[in-house]
Amino acid sequence: MKLITAVIKPFKLDEVKAALEAFGVKGMTVSEASGYGRQKGHTEVYRGAEYKVDLVPKLRIEVLVDDEDAADILDVIVKAARTDKIGDGKVWAVPVETVIRVRTGETGTDAL
Amino acid sequence: MKIDSGSTAWMLTSAALVLLMTPGLAFFYGGMSRAKSVLNMMMMSFVSIAVVGMIWVVYGYSLAFTSAGGLSSFIGGLGDWGLVGLEKVATADDGSGIPQLVFVAFQATFAIITVALISGAVADRAKFGAWVVFTVVWVTLVYLPIAHWVWWSDGEEGGKSGWIFNLGALDFAGGTVVHINAGVAALALVLVLGRRKGWPRDPMRPHNLPFVLLGAGLLWFGWFGFNAGSALSAGETAAVAFINTLAATCAAAFGWIIVEKLRDGSSTTLGLASGIVAGLVAITPAAAFVTPLGSIVLGLVAGVVCAFAVGLKYKLGYDDSLDVVGVHMVGGIVGALLIGILATTAVNDAGADGLLAGGGLSLLGKQAVAVVATLVYSFVVTFLIAKVIDLVMGFRISEEDEVSGIDSAAHAETAYDFGSVHAGVGASLPSSAPVGGGAQKKVEAEA
Repeated sequence: MKLITAVIKPFKLDEVKAALEAFGVKGMTVSEASGYGRQKGHTEVYRGAEYKVDLVPKLRIEVLVDDEDAADILDVIVKAARTDKIGDGKVWAVPVETVIRVRTGETGTDAL
Repeated sequence: MKIDSGSTAWMLTSAALVLLMTPGLAFFYGGMSRAKSVLNMMMMSFVSIAVVGMIWVVYGYSLAFTSAGGLSSFIGGLGDWGLVGLEKVATADDGSGIPQLVFVAFQATFAIITVALISGAVADRAKFGAWVVFTVVWVTLVYLPIAHWVWWSDGEEGGKSGWIFNLGALDFAGGTVVHINAGVAALALVLVLGRRKGWPRDPMRPHNLPFVLLGAGLLWFGWFGFNAGSALSAGETAAVAFINTLAATCAAAFGWIIVEKLRDGSSTTLGLASGIVAGLVAITPAAAFVTPLGSIVLGLVAGVVCAFAVGLKYKLGYDDSLDVVGVHMVGGIVGALLIGILATTAVNDAGADGLLAGGGLSLLGKQAVAVVATLVYSFVVTFLIAKVIDLVMGFRISEEDEVSGIDSAAHAETAYDFGSVHAGVGASLPSSAPVGGGAQKKVEAEA
């Protein structure tokens, strides 16, 4: 199993969610996040005083998936989240040792 | 007692309009503060209603607007303390008057907002108790004398009046008494209290710009009472003041956002709101002395000058948190001095002719004297008051309280419930039960 984590632009959530559902992903965890990459945030101006906002708002999506689906799902997320502008975010996958469904106690791929 | 019911109705309305300016100011300032100190910011405005409203009835009106015999050029007496016996007195017996108590109420709202204006300079860091003490002492020693100098006259030909009134300097609705006075007092207070922790490294951005716009809108609305009410009757003078309050403010708001567009690249909501206030401040002393076209010129100048002036605090290194100096002191000075250039008796017989109306430089000189006198007196006395309060009880909160937020430290409240997790857990814990009794007993039992 793999844990796929995607940090994306907040307004892209609906598209990513729809694309994952279309692919057959059954669930996901979404949380608010903030951070920056190469673009280093943006500048706001208040009464002429510049305010550098380094950490820009992002959403973090986490999905647990089968090993064999991982590559395809990464691809689905990247396609749905892309705007071709700077700050689109990152997606990555890491191996997962164990997953347990809390309600039933099922483990491994059965729990996905 | 014969009264003019039309004028009385307008003045009662105006007094209520001006009172609304202080809650408006609370929103204007509150939005500009950070989320952790918005309640304290708003409290400083609201508490000035509570405190100054009482002072005004007990002795404030009397010291500002009555005669003190030989000292009458400088301060009023205590003859009308407690407003005793004023219930059935009118300002004039010829049927043109309003009940004296309506004038008392109208003027009370001016004293209230003047103190509240100062508080913007000390956002996030003034002890609330010290602020309340400051309010009482400052109104007594600074506001009342200056209001007396500028506005008091016994109304008789060749009679007694305050020394600036006597000089012939014009201040229709409080450019010197309210705005220059509050602005320079703010500067003095900043010098005593010092910078906020982290300033100017952190620019400390406003936490709620919609509040700022709401506040600016309420201020503008109330300001029609401030300026047009200062005619003290419902007539031509009020009408001129009203249209000038509209025109100058529009021009100042426009001037400010043009400066921003050219200098910073974007016209901002904070800039528009600030321009509105700068225009209102600047037209205040001039409201019934200049033409509507003159007021547009005055407003534009004020908007542009104030937009540049607020940047001075970074150059000079004083932390005037919400730009009271840049907007009120500078805006007030612009308005007071432009009277000397733009005023014309074609608008108002009670005014004077400025430079452009053929009056020469004499009016400008008188305006300058009034401005300088207010700047010097208010600065020196405010500085001394603040120093004494700082020595006696400490004017500033602790560094720890400042960092964690003055709202929770000073008022045991916070404005917003950000963390739903925290709220959910906290609400079920006995320690946060609203009634102290149960939780306290439990602690005692455990001890």
